[in-house]
Amino acid sequence: MKLTTIICAAAFAAGAANAADVVAPSDASFTEYGEIEQSLTGVPGNPEEGMKVAIDKGLGNCVACHKIAQLPDVPFHGEVGPELSWTGEVRSEAELRGILANAKMMFPDTVMPAFYKTSGFIRPGNGYTGKAAEGDIEPILSAQQIEDVVAFLMTLKES
Amino acid sequence: MNFKALTATIALIAAAPVVALAGGADDDTLVLNGEVEMTTKAAAPAHMADTYVDEIISGWHFRADETQALQMDDFENQGMIFVDDGLATWETVEGSEGKSCASCHESPDSMKGVAATYPKWNEDAGELRTVQMQMNDCRVNRMGAAPWKYDAKVAINVEAMIASQSRGMPVDVQIDGPVKAAWEQGKELYYTRTGILELSCASCHEENYGNYIRADHLSQGQINGFPTYRLKNAKLNGVHSRFKGCVRDTRAETYSPGSEEFIALELYVKSRGNGLSVEGPSVRN
Ligand code: HEC
Ligand code: HEC
Ligand code: HEC
Repeated sequence: MKLTTIICAAAFAAGAANAADVVAPSDASFTEYGEIEQSLTGVPGNPEEGMKVAIDKGLGNCVACHKIAQLPDVPFHGEVGPELSWTGEVRSEAELRGILANAKMMFPDTVMPAFYKTSGFIRPGNGYTGKAAEGDIEPILSAQQIEDVVAFLMTLKES
Repeated sequence: MNFKALTATIALIAAAPVVALAGGADDDTLVLNGEVEMTTKAAAPAHMADTYVDEIISGWHFRADETQALQMDDFENQGMIFVDDGLATWETVEGSEGKSCASCHESPDSMKGVAATYPKWNEDAGELRTVQMQMNDCRVNRMGAAPWKYDAKVAINVEAMIASQSRGMPVDVQIDGPVKAAWEQGKELYYTRTGILELSCASCHEENYGNYIRADHLSQGQINGFPTYRLKNAKLNGVHSRFKGCVRDTRAETYSPGSEEFIALELYVKSRGNGLSVEGPSVRN
C-alpha cells in the first residue's frame, strides 16, 4: 500500500535526524514571502535521494508538472508549472523549502500541491484508493524528503 | 552528481514510448463516416463568461491522430460494437410486464435528441434525471424489471446506443428553472479543490487544458463524447466513473456513480459543452 511505503520511506530517510529536531508540518514557520528559513531536520539534504522523490509518481511527482532538462531519460515531463532546469541559480534554499512545503504561501491559488501539510483538506482520501483518509493525515513528503528535494533543486543550474 | 544508475532504472520502467510534447488543441476536423461534420469547437456558452474559457473544445482535439481516426469511422470505432450490444438489450424482453424497451419506444431513433438534452428535469417525478436514471425508471416502473447498477456495462451500452442517435446534434441542456439549484451545486463541485493534492476540476480542465500533465494531454474535460470507448480499458466508460477517477487522482474521497453530487456535476459539466456536437460513443485513450 502506498501510504505504508511513504511512511516507511519517511522513517528510513529521517533515520539520521533526531526525531525531536524535526519540525512538524503544523510548526513550520513561513516568512511573509512564503519562505521557510530553518531546515526542517537539521540534516543536510541528499540531492540524489531528492531526485528519486522528484520523479516518483507516489511521492513528489514533480516532473508531472515541471520540465527538468537535467533528467532527459525520465519520460513525460509536464507543462503545468514552469521549467525547473535553472532553479538552483534563481531560488534560495529558504524559498524552495517554502514552495515545497506549501506553495500557496508564495503563489496564492497555485495548482501546485502542498507537500508538507496535514490539515485543512476537503475530502482527504486514503492515497489513491478513492476512500476516505483514516486517522492522522501524513504529509505527502517527510521533512527529510523535503530537504532532499531542496538539495536536488539547488543542483539544477544551466551550466 | 551521478544520475546514471537511477536514470537507467527509469528507462527500463518506462514501457511507453516518449511522445513529442506539443501543447494546445489541434486544428483537425471531425467528419463522421465521411458524411457528418461535427462541431468540435464553439463559442463558450454565456454562463461561462466569468471563466478563462472563451472557446469550448471537444476532447477529440487533444488526442493523437491515430486515436482521432478511430472515431471518424464507425467500422473502426470499437465503441460501436457495444452500441450493437445495447441495441440487442433494447430489444430484449425483461421483467414482469413482458416488455422490452422496443415494445414501447419502437425504433431506437425515437431516442434522437435525448443525449443532447440530458440530464433533464422530469416534471412528474420532480427530479433531475440522467439518461441512466430515466432508463431505470422505465425498467422498474414500466417493465417490472430490476434497475441496472449505475454505470454497469449493460446500462452504459444502452446509454451509448441512445447517445449514438444524437450524434452531430448540439448539446443543449437547460440550466435554469427547476434545475437551477442542481446546476449551482455542480458548479460549486467543479471549483472545489479536493483531496490531499487540493485540485479542482478547473485546476486541470480549465486552467491547464492544452498542457501536458506527465504523459496526459489535458483536455477541457467535456462530456459531449460520452460514453467513451477507452483504449486503456477496451470498453465503454460512463460519465460518473470518469468523474470518480479524476476525483480519486486528487487523492480525495470520491463520490459514487449515481450520487446526487455526480448527477449535479454531470449537468454542470454538460452545460459547459452546450453547443458542441454529441459524439458518443467517442474514442479516447
Ligand atoms: C500539479 C502540478 C504541480 C506539481 C505536481 C508540482 N508543481 Fe511546482 N509548480 C506548479 C505551478 C503551476 C507552479 C507555478 C506557481 C504559480 O502558480 O504561479 C509551480 C512552481 C514551482 C516552483 C517555483 C518556480 C519559480 O522559480 O518560480 C518550484 C521550485 C517548484 N514548483 C518545484 C516543484 C517540485 C520540486 C515539485 C515536486 C515535489 C513540484 N513543484 C510539483 C505546479 C506543480
Ligand atoms: C411500458 C412502456 C415503456 C417501456 C417498456 C420502456 N419505456 Fe422508456 N419511456 C416510456 C414512457 C411513457 C416515457 C415518457 C416518460 C416521461 O416522460 O416521464 C419513456 C421515456 C424514456 C426516455 C426519455 C425520453 C425523452 O425524450 O426524454 C428514455 C431515455 C427511455 N424511456 C428509455 C427506455 C429504455 C432504455 C427502456 C428499456 C430498458 C425503456 N425506456 C422501456 C415508456 C416505456
Ligand atoms: C490532476 C488533474 C485532473 C483533475 C483535477 C481532474 N481531471 Fe479530469 N482528466 C484528467 C486527465 C489527465 C484526463 C485525460 C486527458 C483529458 O481528456 O484531459 C481527464 C479526463 C477527463 C474527462 C474525459 C474527457 C473526454 O474527452 O473524454 C472528463 C469528462 C473529466 N476529466 C472530468 C473531470 C472532472 C469533472 C473533474 C473534477 C471532478 C476532473 N476531471 C478533475 C485530469 C484531471
